Amino acid sequence: MRTLTSVLILSSAMLLAACSSTKLNNDKAPVVDHSGANAGTVSTVNAASTDPLNDPNGVLAKRSVYFDFNSYTVKPEYQSLLENHAKYLESHPNRKITIQGNTDERGSAEYNLALGQKRAEAVRKSLALLGVSDSQMEAVSFGKEKPKAQGHDEAAWAQNRRADIVY
Amino acid sequence: MTPMTKTLFYRLFAIVTLLVANFAHAQLRVEIAGVGANLIPIAIAGFDGESSAPQQISAIIKADLSRSGYFRIIDTGNVMTENTPVDYANWKSQGANAIVVGSVSRLPDGRFDVRYRLFDTVRETQLSSLSLASQPQFLRIVGHKIADDIYQKLLGVPGAFATRIAYVTKAGREYHLEIADSDGQGVQIALRSNEPIISPAWSPDGTKLAYVSFEKRKPIVYIQDLLSGRRTVLADFKGSNSAPAWSPDGRRLAIALSRSGLTQIYLINADGSGLQRLTHSGGIDTEPQFSSDGQSIYFTSDRGGGPQIYRMSVNGGNVQRVTFDGSYNVSPRISPDGKSLAYISRRDGKFQLYLLDLTNNQEIRLSDNADTNDESPSFAPNGRYLLYSTSDGGQGALAVVSVDGSVRQRLSMQAADVEEPTWGPFMK
Repeated sequence: MRTLTSVLILSSAMLLAACSSTKLNNDKAPVVDHSGANAGTVSTVNAASTDPLNDPNGVLAKRSVYFDFNSYTVKPEYQSLLENHAKYLESHPNRKITIQGNTDERGSAEYNLALGQKRAEAVRKSLALLGVSDSQMEAVSFGKEKPKAQGHDEAAWAQNRRADIVY
Repeated sequence: MTPMTKTLFYRLFAIVTLLVANFAHAQLRVEIAGVGANLIPIAIAGFDGESSAPQQISAIIKADLSRSGYFRIIDTGNVMTENTPVDYANWKSQGANAIVVGSVSRLPDGRFDVRYRLFDTVRETQLSSLSLASQPQFLRIVGHKIADDIYQKLLGVPGAFATRIAYVTKAGREYHLEIADSDGQGVQIALRSNEPIISPAWSPDGTKLAYVSFEKRKPIVYIQDLLSGRRTVLADFKGSNSAPAWSPDGRRLAIALSRSGLTQIYLINADGSGLQRLTHSGGIDTEPQFSSDGQSIYFTSDRGGGPQIYRMSVNGGNVQRVTFDGSYNVSPRISPDGKSLAYISRRDGKFQLYLLDLTNNQEIRLSDNADTNDESPSFAPNGRYLLYSTSDGGQGALAVVSVDGSVRQRLSMQAADVEEPTWGPFMK
């Protein structure tokens, strides 16, 4: 028992010695010259940018999945987009998304609502397969009621065959 | 004028101008685009005393009957009361098969008493008479009720003039759910929103509307009491809630929900209780509509590939496909007698109104021409006409067509799209 106590005292003394030596080294560190051209500049830290969701140039800024005419399958080119959102949602379990399905203007309002739902549901299933919890997602449809492009041609319709991920 | 009364005067003037401007903007403009082949010639006299009433009853009756597409109006040029002896030979020689006479008088309690008689000039008999007392603000309805009576006595089918329609207007970012008389007059706004409103559906007693509103950034089904403005949420489940359709007894509704993933049809009590799933398909099932006996539900499904119309029993069993022509048939509406089905069919890239005779499977196209995109058909409660929305790429308008395709009207609004119309029931 006595041996153990003396060992502890010895190690404490060594720790103290280590600390004091560090302090001495710091004192000897060269002084930085602040008189140059960089004096007074400040690096801005943007608090919001710590959440990658708010980075307008980040991978999460892409939130739309486009569909072919009469199609409700997510094309392979959107796999990485969905993976990025899945990763984010898994690491942010308090975040929730709505997936909003849309269609072009042709046909009945109610049938289009169901088609838009099919698109939102396809995106929801893809995200679920990537591990996103069901409680973080709701798939809804706007049908043809909220077109992004207002035209009446194929270019406009292609823009409106779409599901959006909305946080 | 003192400065103060002057200010008051201008302020009142401004308010009145504003009200008139609002009213003028909201007006539905009705154009008659076609009439039937055999028009019944009918003489309609000015009603005695009607110039002292806020509404000219005889003018309302004339407008209703000529709009119906089944009458030719002969102006009598003078006022006749319901007690004036009718010179049958004279009216027959002027080509009239029937003559309408009447009177309007103010009662001591402020109401108006409207009396009318309808005579058959060929058989030289009285066909009908009515006496209706009404508050001044409901005199238009009295005119419509007399027109309904004339229509029934001469055509053997109840008239549908004293009914209302509901529709959605869209101007810029503002959506209105509006109610108007069947002639487009008396517009009232039931709901104003900055998000879309679709699929209004009248309760069978005409006191409530069910509809889908996107005001909460997703489709939710509401029921609104029209008189009180009180709203209740009928269905707000996870996913989309839509396509409300009342059962004929008004106690429950068929709706489309996506809570299971795909859109499927459910039954729900009008108070939001007792949810029961009706369809279990691997595709889309939506747009349910009860038959008037309440025993069947017609609906749209893509279970066979493209959308087609099916019928099932009210408990979800005995599903049968109804439409076979064309690759895209949606929006089924069954006639009040259950014998014909109106729907929208895509033909040559355009969405057009069709009517299928369920007794012999003959279909006819009811769209005005092959270049319009048409939507949202609904039957008049007498089964004689269909109301639908139509667009030629420009502003959306409403159209009315008789079930034989001969009679046509167009209802449009200045500076607003008009969509999602639905014809209300007979008023009690």
